[in-house]
Amino acid sequence: MNQQTSTFPAIQTQNLIKTFDKVVANDNVSFDVRRGEILALLGENGSGKTTLMNMLSGIYFPDSGSIEVDGKEVSIRSPKDAFGLGIGMVHQHFKLVDVFTAAENIVLGLPGKLFLDRKASTREIREISERYGFQLDPDKKIYNMSVSEKQTVEIVKVLYRGADILILDEPTAVLTPQETEQLFTTLRNMKADGKAIVIITHKLNEVLSVSDRVHILRKGKSIATVNTPETNQQELTEMMVGRAISLKIHRPLVEVKEDRLQISGLNCLSPEGVQALQNINFTLQSGEILGIAGIAGSGQKELCEALAGLYPVSSGSILYHPEGADTTDIVGKAPKEIRDMGITMAFVPEDRLGMGLVANMDMTDNVMLRHYDKGRGPFADRKRSRGLAEGLIDQLEIVTPGVSTPVRRLSGGNVQKVLLGREIDSAPRVLIVAYPVRGLDINSSYTIYDLLNEQKKRGVAVLFVGEDLDVLLELADRILVLCGGQVSGIVDAANATKEEVGLLMTQVPEEVDIS
Amino acid sequence: MSRQSVSNINEPRVPFLRIARRHATPRRQAWLIRTVGLLAALFTGSLLILALGHNPIAVYLDMVDSAFGSRIGFNETVRIAVPLLGSALAVGLAFKMKFWNIGTEGHILIGGIAATYFALFHYDTLPVPVLLTVMGLAGAAAGGLWGLIPAFFRAKWNTNETLFTLMLNYVAFGFILFLQAGPWRRAGTDFPIIPMFEQAARLPRLFGIHIGWLLILSLTVLVYLYLNRSKQGYQLTVVGQSENTARYAGMNVGRIIMRTMLFSGAIAGFVGFIQVSGANFTLDETTAGGVGFTGITVAWLAHLNPLIMVLVAMFIAMLERGATRIQTTFMIPDAIASLLIGIILFFMLACEFFIHYRLVIRNRKGGH
Repeated sequence: MNQQTSTFPAIQTQNLIKTFDKVVANDNVSFDVRRGEILALLGENGSGKTTLMNMLSGIYFPDSGSIEVDGKEVSIRSPKDAFGLGIGMVHQHFKLVDVFTAAENIVLGLPGKLFLDRKASTREIREISERYGFQLDPDKKIYNMSVSEKQTVEIVKVLYRGADILILDEPTAVLTPQETEQLFTTLRNMKADGKAIVIITHKLNEVLSVSDRVHILRKGKSIATVNTPETNQQELTEMMVGRAISLKIHRPLVEVKEDRLQISGLNCLSPEGVQALQNINFTLQSGEILGIAGIAGSGQKELCEALAGLYPVSSGSILYHPEGADTTDIVGKAPKEIRDMGITMAFVPEDRLGMGLVANMDMTDNVMLRHYDKGRGPFADRKRSRGLAEGLIDQLEIVTPGVSTPVRRLSGGNVQKVLLGREIDSAPRVLIVAYPVRGLDINSSYTIYDLLNEQKKRGVAVLFVGEDLDVLLELADRILVLCGGQVSGIVDAANATKEEVGLLMTQVPEEVDIS
Repeated sequence: MSRQSVSNINEPRVPFLRIARRHATPRRQAWLIRTVGLLAALFTGSLLILALGHNPIAVYLDMVDSAFGSRIGFNETVRIAVPLLGSALAVGLAFKMKFWNIGTEGHILIGGIAATYFALFHYDTLPVPVLLTVMGLAGAAAGGLWGLIPAFFRAKWNTNETLFTLMLNYVAFGFILFLQAGPWRRAGTDFPIIPMFEQAARLPRLFGIHIGWLLILSLTVLVYLYLNRSKQGYQLTVVGQSENTARYAGMNVGRIIMRTMLFSGAIAGFVGFIQVSGANFTLDETTAGGVGFTGITVAWLAHLNPLIMVLVAMFIAMLERGATRIQTTFMIPDAIASLLIGIILFFMLACEFFIHYRLVIRNRKGGH
């Protein structure tokens, strides 16, 4: 891997244009990344980051404009071409074979002899790991790995194939703060080794801590390239959004609280017979936002679905305390049974288009999902849904051609507004939201926070599963931390630190384990 | 290390041919594509006809004339279209739920068997209107129950409905052969034939065609309303789009699957009744005659819209009628006539691809 120290940037694009039908995804994008630097590519959703990276990695072909690698104009027509040029992409969603070892995944698909020289490849993988400070066991199977280990495999995979220009698409979205720091250390090592690194993210603090320069995209256009030491969060936000915006998340205080849901000794087994939730105990109060933190796959999904009656519970109880009425145990009840008992529990699942909504249906039909069976007779009342959908468009400023457009055509933020709007409209007493701002831009995210706070002020008990600890610490009243299907701690959000929560995410303290 | 391989791709080149997705195709453009598709089909077919030494235009005109040129021809076309439309309705109901039911053929046969039982053994004990009603209900009930079997197994143990429904077709078919050869064989003959129905068990005529056409047309309106307006139609559409969402919304997915297949089978079973009582006046192994499968094509070409199925069923009936006619007037072999139908249907189905995708050829500047 000899690094000729050229005066040319590793990659330089000039006036790249890419359109999809009438949508201009990239409009004259010009940026460059040099060897031995980390460039952060910053932009909101739909600003064209992914389109740009897909053109560099050979998935899309630009309509016009040029891409230069080391000063020479190139044509990248397939991912294979990109690899030939030393460009390696680490996708947000891992593409690994679960039953193979790390080493097998890394050499998979490479040309070679009929038989693998496992020893040689293992040796080379160890060498790469040592050089950049990765902690990777080449013989470990993927299904035994944590998310961060899998990501390491992906990065080593592109390095093993000889990439010296690395593109990482939102690599920190799935990591704990500690793991993020570890990743940044390895990125700095690679930078010192003369590699060119592009990191796509919308987390501003990470941009500031790891990058040398920042290139900002807005609505498909290149806005500016700034040197990281010369900028700050506020300035970056303004360039990204296009106007001044307050980054403070409010945490209104509600005086009168009462217990709403009391979960005790909750155990759940996954369909494969694995203990998904183990002895969960907590109380959810009215007028509070209880944040749920944890590494991806620590039982968040199972917990939400168990509360909503969608996941089989093997033991334990979920007691619902209505205002001024008797307590009822809703454990093991189907969603319809819970609703028929007069309990309004709203649930915004993580998989918006696969569970919360029907992607191919229009807004009217999606809004109808909650009350299609109301009213007498065999026919459904579409008029009411239509009115409701139109109301939501006005209230939440949903951008859509109309109520008859399939929701899959809407942007992520608008899809979430449809879903959350429908759930809130049912006037819930308990509101469960899972990753409500995932993939949303700053504006939409703050709209969602406002909506949740408004519900909280009305005395709704809100359970908020989140991934961004900064947001959880600012928005939630208390934070419950899950680790491996157990509650590893409940902290007061106003007084807790990020490190404290991060630590709870990775281990269950002994005393909790016993109780 | 792998830099050397780069040199050959240093010249910027655009791929010669790409497939790109169209986002929203305007209705007019979609119809334009279909028209071009039909013309292309007719052109391809005409090469075949020319090779046989005939005038393509004369052949095509003769096909249309056979179907719509005379009262008798038109009645015959409708007779062919009735079971096609009926089975398309049955198929459409299941397909809307993404339940890949290819057992409509069998449902028709089973419905026919149930109706035939009353036609053979109760024609003289019941008044005519009652007899016909009982036959229709029996056909629908039997077809419905037959459809319920694969749905039950799918709902309980997630079995593959495509294989299941296909296999049940052979069971139904075998059952008819058994009835022909043994219990229901016409007295005094060695041929495996079931007796012709008495007059009482035959459907009356309306405007020269058995009244089945009116029954199926009414059913079309009912199915249209069921799918587009009713709560149950909404439920089965949601189940088809995403079982996960259906469960999330508190729907009982298994029950919806079973209910929908009960109705799908019942419609097909009713078609079986219409065929034995209106068209053939007896039951034999050709009672369904493949309409259960052609119904899939009809449903698909109509995008599962029951009202459009009426037009598509008439179109296909016209092709079949025309194919029979040109065998006699032009002495075109049966196989070639079938080939012509195949070509036309192939092009019509291929149109749907070009409505959703377009080919982009190199050297056309300006973002395309």
